Amino acid sequence: MNERFIILLEKNLNNESTPEEEVELNRLFEENPELKAEFDEQKHIKGIITKMSLKNPSNEFWDFYWEKFSNKIERAFAWIAILIGALIVSGFAIYHAVSEFLADTSTPFFLKIGIALLTLGIIVLLLSVLREKLTIKKRDKYREIQR
Amino acid sequence: MIKEKIILSKSQKEEYSLLVKENMKRAYFSALGLLGSHDEAMELSQEAFIRAYRHYHNFDKTKKFFTWYYKILRNLCLNYIRDKKNRKESSFIDYIDTADSDRNAEEQIENDELKNLLEEKMMELAVEDREIIILKEFENRSYKEISELLKIPVGTVMSRLFYARKKLARKVGDYTK
Repeated sequence: MNERFIILLEKNLNNESTPEEEVELNRLFEENPELKAEFDEQKHIKGIITKMSLKNPSNEFWDFYWEKFSNKIERAFAWIAILIGALIVSGFAIYHAVSEFLADTSTPFFLKIGIALLTLGIIVLLLSVLREKLTIKKRDKYREIQR
Repeated sequence: MIKEKIILSKSQKEEYSLLVKENMKRAYFSALGLLGSHDEAMELSQEAFIRAYRHYHNFDKTKKFFTWYYKILRNLCLNYIRDKKNRKESSFIDYIDTADSDRNAEEQIENDELKNLLEEKMMELAVEDREIIILKEFENRSYKEISELLKIPVGTVMSRLFYARKKLARKVGDYTK
């Protein structure tokens, strides 16, 4: 489709044509009646759409929308605080438990080595998973979307 | 390095709150047009505001907030549409009743049928086609604004709009001609 025709058509449909552009558009119609059919089709569908609007919610909906959004932000903070608190508490508990266990002279040495390695392994694993998650977050998830 | 920042300063939070209040209606209607569902539009537009909040410290304040926000919203909606093929849509279009309330029953039924037909055919369009019709015809955005939102030239906006309307016209058929 002729690019110039599309521009003239769009301007005409939006009542933005200059008199010269209207003359030019009419000349195109005379030269090519198919373009007139295209124009009529566009005008017809635009006429239908003009009778419609997106459904407008009530005023109460907008109050609710704002309230819900504020709650979500507050809860995001709350979850972060809970997560950090849980990490500190559990880290402290594990540290004390392992320290006391390793300090106990009645426990066999090889068992102490085993517990120490197990604890070290779990910590390294958690840090590795955490680092991977943070690295993934750095990349834009939506970059691959071709739109 | 973590790029998200949950803790904004008090002035940034107030600034952001104002931006949300100013833009939440536009955000909701943009999402509504893309998704065709009131509930999904509310959820995703809010989710986009939350994600924008986390990156607000990176936002260039010399640029328009909604243009920046729309990219996040659009990506969320497109991902949602792609992932939820069988989602249930609700009615998202209204017939603008400009005449007196004494419209007869037959006219009312015709208007409802036209509205339902348009809704159905709009949702059959590809998302990009529906999006451009929503932005221009329902939200009355200028070609320049749409060009900025979608990061395409104005000529391309006009061209895409032309072809989107053409597809919709073919789908709607000869109804009301």
